[in-house]
Amino acid sequence: MADNLIKIDRVSKTYERGEMQIPVLSELSLDIARGEFLALMGPSGSGKTTLLNLIGGLDKPTSGAITVGSERIDQLSQSALAKWRSRNVGFVFQFYNLLPVLTAQKNVELPLLLTSLSGSERRKRALAALAIVGLSDRAGHRPNELSGGQEQRVAIARAIVSDPTLLVCDEPTGDLDRATADEILDLLRLLNSEHGKTIVMVTHDPKAADHANHSLHLDKGKLVSEDAAA
Amino acid sequence: MKYLGLIWAALYRKPIRSVLTFASIFVAFLLFGMLQSVSVAFSQGPEFTGVDRLVVAPKYSIIDDIPLSYRNRIASIAGVEKIAHQSWFGGTYKDPGNFFPRWPVPPREFLEVYSEYALPDEQKQAFINTRTGAIVGKSVADQYGMKVGDKVTLIPDIWQNKDNGPWEFDLVGIFQTPDEEFEGQMFMNYDYFDEYRAFGNGGVGTFVVRISEPDRAAEIAQQIDGMFANSNDETKTSTEKAYNQMFAKQMGDIGFIMTSILSAVFFTILLLTGNTMSQAIRERIPELAILKTLGFSNLSVLLIVLAEAMLISLVAALPGLGLAGLALPAIGQVSPFLGGAELSSIVIVQGIALSLLLGLIAGAPPAIKAMRLNIVDALGEH
Ligand SMILES: Nc1ncnc2c1ncn2[C@@H]1O[C@H](COP(=O)(O)OP(=O)(O)O)[C@@H](O)[C@H]1O
Ligand SMILES: [Mg+2]
Repeated sequence: MADNLIKIDRVSKTYERGEMQIPVLSELSLDIARGEFLALMGPSGSGKTTLLNLIGGLDKPTSGAITVGSERIDQLSQSALAKWRSRNVGFVFQFYNLLPVLTAQKNVELPLLLTSLSGSERRKRALAALAIVGLSDRAGHRPNELSGGQEQRVAIARAIVSDPTLLVCDEPTGDLDRATADEILDLLRLLNSEHGKTIVMVTHDPKAADHANHSLHLDKGKLVSEDAAA
Repeated sequence: MKYLGLIWAALYRKPIRSVLTFASIFVAFLLFGMLQSVSVAFSQGPEFTGVDRLVVAPKYSIIDDIPLSYRNRIASIAGVEKIAHQSWFGGTYKDPGNFFPRWPVPPREFLEVYSEYALPDEQKQAFINTRTGAIVGKSVADQYGMKVGDKVTLIPDIWQNKDNGPWEFDLVGIFQTPDEEFEGQMFMNYDYFDEYRAFGNGGVGTFVVRISEPDRAAEIAQQIDGMFANSNDETKTSTEKAYNQMFAKQMGDIGFIMTSILSAVFFTILLLTGNTMSQAIRERIPELAILKTLGFSNLSVLLIVLAEAMLISLVAALPGLGLAGLALPAIGQVSPFLGGAELSSIVIVQGIALSLLLGLIAGAPPAIKAMRLNIVDALGEH
């Protein structure tokens, strides 16, 4: 019996742009097991990012229920949701989204500012996270002194520094060359297998999807098929 | 406080712009510190509580003089208790920048009329009895390191003496006044001055009259002026307070013009700087969206942005105010009118409050925008 970390129950999402209603997801249901490494695939505009944002608690569904762990995150207030994110989710984006003025270590420390940890404890944990992604020697570098792959590693270190159960990654290799992309994917796989992170990854790239345990295809806001990977 | 690193780092984003912003705020508050202090100095005309002194001045111009012979006639008026006089000496003490008013006065009468000027009895007697005697206020003595027994040499500008040389006085006393402002003066024996000057003998600048009943000030003033109506030397008598107010108003007008110009400059700088700061924060909105993604609450993002704007403003304003504090005494050396201007604690507090307000006003619009920012929209803007 699967131990589900995430339960998505008949979720719809419609964006409102002034008068315009843009329906993106309709009545989508999906369970994601704890310890899963799931790849979400599909054409551009099919609603992958939208779904990922809902899972990560960056946005709320128009209708339906989303349960993560034991929390009905669709029912949380904005501020409760922010707090929940800081404790339970790590985010990795296509364009890394590091703060350019901060060193790698300070970027990684950011989520810990929301905790009551002391400065030295924060530094210790940030360095430990950088060690996991293999960037111990770059702690003092700023993003513009790092390669794309290194930036993404820093972003991953930031995502795991507060030890969340869930990582959501939106096209984490979309801006990287093949070799670097593979390194990042190997790293994600390591985090999944060795550190027990549940990972939901949006990707365009079938090769990237190969690193995952399962892939799902989204088209026009609906799941079209479920492929079990090797 | 742990956010300080985050806030501080933002300044390095565009160092040149940060430096310029910093410099503008610095200059603005340098100006603020100076103009506030100067306008304080100008509005601070001597305050007199009593109206028991009247000033009898030449009717038409303060550079005319009045015959000393009026003294006895004024003294004969009922209600006039004491009478003294003073004349403008001018001159230079060592350096033209060493400005403090110098007045030949009749020592005994002067100290009776200005009974609040305090000095030891033996110094008082010495002033009365020394033909070449002079006294200075404590603040003058302190500033120029004068002490009793010194010779004080003045180079004349208006009042040449009969030998066409410098005037030499013997410092016989140092007085203190309840309000330190009045200590910035020197008084010397009128008799010596009058005998030894090359021209103008027998004239005085103004009479100062002490009256027994302040309620009758207006009536007595009328009587004095009436006594000399239609003479060659008509007088205009007013209370010392009114006289000083008139004097202060003329000074105040200068102060007002100066203040207006400097204010315009100050607010222009603030406006430009505020705008730059707002823009700098607006450019960082995607970064603020990342903070929100990581779980920073709306409120903490708002506070971080506000704190940053206020911090920049404050950190730039403080050295500006500091330099104003250093520059004012130097300016006082060059421009006698501003000799009394100094950076008071009120001006410092005002400056700090104003700098925080500047940060608040410049930071509020982007801070509110950052607070309301929708993460999904902001992240989607790549
Ligand atoms: N914040 C938004 N406001 C309005 N429409 C949006 C917003 N985000 C996405 N959309 C629309 O929703 C649809 C799905 O977008 P998205 O989830 O980003 O797709 P994908 O990630 O699969 O490319 C697109 O048509 C997009 O234009
Ligand atoms: Mg997308």
